[in-house]
Amino acid sequence: MAKTTPLYGSRKPLSLTGAWHVWERNARVYRQRWMYSLLPNFFEPVFYLLGLGIGLGAYVSSGGSFENGYVAFIAPGLVAASAMNGAVFETTYNVYVKLTFSKIYDAMITTRVNIEDVVLGEILWAMTRSLLYGGVFLIVTLFFGIPITPTLPLAFLAAALTGFCFSALGLAFTSLIKSIDLYTYFFTMFITPLFLFSDIFFPVEERFPAFLVVIAKATPLYHAVQLMRGLVNGELAGLWLNTLYLVVVGTALAAFAIWRMRRRVVV
Amino acid sequence: MSTTRSRHDQKTTAATAKTSTQTSSETPAATVVSARNLVKRYGAFEAVSSLSFEVRAGEFFGLLGPNGAGKSTTMRMIYRVTPPTSGALTVLGFEAGRDDRQIKARLGVVPQIDNLDEELSVLDNLIVYARFHDISYRDAKTRAHDLLDFMELSGKANAKIMALSGGMKRRLTLARGLMNDPQIVVLDEPTTGLDPQVRITLWDKLEELRSRGVTLLMSTHYMDEAERLCDRLIIMDQGQIVAEGEPERLVNEHVSAEVVEMRLAGMDAERLARVAERLGASVQRSKERMSLFTGDGRALLDGLRREGLEPARTFIRPGNLEDVFLKLTGRSLRE
Repeated sequence: MAKTTPLYGSRKPLSLTGAWHVWERNARVYRQRWMYSLLPNFFEPVFYLLGLGIGLGAYVSSGGSFENGYVAFIAPGLVAASAMNGAVFETTYNVYVKLTFSKIYDAMITTRVNIEDVVLGEILWAMTRSLLYGGVFLIVTLFFGIPITPTLPLAFLAAALTGFCFSALGLAFTSLIKSIDLYTYFFTMFITPLFLFSDIFFPVEERFPAFLVVIAKATPLYHAVQLMRGLVNGELAGLWLNTLYLVVVGTALAAFAIWRMRRRVVV
Repeated sequence: MSTTRSRHDQKTTAATAKTSTQTSSETPAATVVSARNLVKRYGAFEAVSSLSFEVRAGEFFGLLGPNGAGKSTTMRMIYRVTPPTSGALTVLGFEAGRDDRQIKARLGVVPQIDNLDEELSVLDNLIVYARFHDISYRDAKTRAHDLLDFMELSGKANAKIMALSGGMKRRLTLARGLMNDPQIVVLDEPTTGLDPQVRITLWDKLEELRSRGVTLLMSTHYMDEAERLCDRLIIMDQGQIVAEGEPERLVNEHVSAEVVEMRLAGMDAERLARVAERLGASVQRSKERMSLFTGDGRALLDGLRREGLEPARTFIRPGNLEDVFLKLTGRSLRE
């Protein structure tokens, strides 16, 4: 029974095997309720695309950035935002409850799992949620006349990558706060402006002064939106930079979250 | 019930035999936990001050002390979720801080607070925990059912955690700690807050584990629990060891075989104490009560009577660990 996987018994603080078992635990919980958990994810894009695309879009003059119509402009951006939401909800409220109220991380780390594995496992799980959220949204957009391009399959991976960066961000924030009330600030002061000013609804560069554009381009959703839009439209120029941004910023935030979580849980 | 028990016994006897051969190949010495000058500071507060002790294979080892004595901190350092500030610690021959995964793989942990996973069923709690230990799903399932049998929770396999009583939760937490077939089971105040009957059920399970050769390490602030279960123990106070040894020997060493308790109720306490001391007893006084420590309580009472002292409501009881603690620290265990 106590046979040891060589790597999983090693002195390395971070283990993929450990992270995988943490992912498994979340998947097992999710499996019990995936049906009614995933159903709203079908309706959300329908409502957005109906209201903003078909409704508001009728009054938006096509041409310029909107040459293919307003629906076609906002759809990929909304997919990216949906992927972001999947990761952020998972790594804020859900992780906070596990960390402080149900104390299940304290139970996990009495096993062969280390806190480092827990953080990586939560990131992998949040990426899975992003893939599901964003993927469902992406499929729904096809029914609104978004054309299928050869690079469309890569857009699913972009949803997961968006999940990577935002789950690391969510975990980094969660690792710092001592009260669940502080998420209001995170969502209102950070996630909401990101949603509005990341090129999803209009090109910020065309409407905002230069210094605001610089700020918008420094935030992760902007890059997730560029990447998603490029892959959906089959226009790949410059996408490597957006990809690099999400990988580098995500890795840095993940490292920070791991360091903070260790200091918080292993005391 | 008895049939399921015997079926299970056969299985776990085999498991225990395997464990003991492992122990002998990995750690030739009989010492399974060795702590030397272990210190844990939180800022200016020293929770554990230079603690040194050893636990031997197969024994039931206790950490007895009042709340805040540093028991939990010591336990957490052993099961590797609290890094010591200084000192050396080896568990099953592995060096703490370097081989933590190896140590954690071989320990069964029953923490002080119930941290069962409320989003999973009773059975899934066990299976998921075994998966954290990298045990295959199939083995995990078999073992989970065996342990639910052993803990008399088979009927609750698919129940939600919320639906369990406090005693059932504790038993499930113990079952969870046994999923990886541990060589040492670490229990942090396992019966705190439980009904007396539920405590006894849990004690039976722990004694059964001991009889199978599992090393048990338990902290408690219940004197009776320590006395009944522990082969050897350390008594802790304010982060330090105040006494160490077998419960019986500690009582013999530090207090007398018997204690005569009495209510003072209008008696001349000064004279009573003087006479008792002359008769060879040592005296502990509180406002309303007096305890006389002596080898033979009846003989002492006879002696007092001959001096014309007839204390009311006398009660003779054996000396216990509570008395040891009181004598060594001047304070009661139950604060």
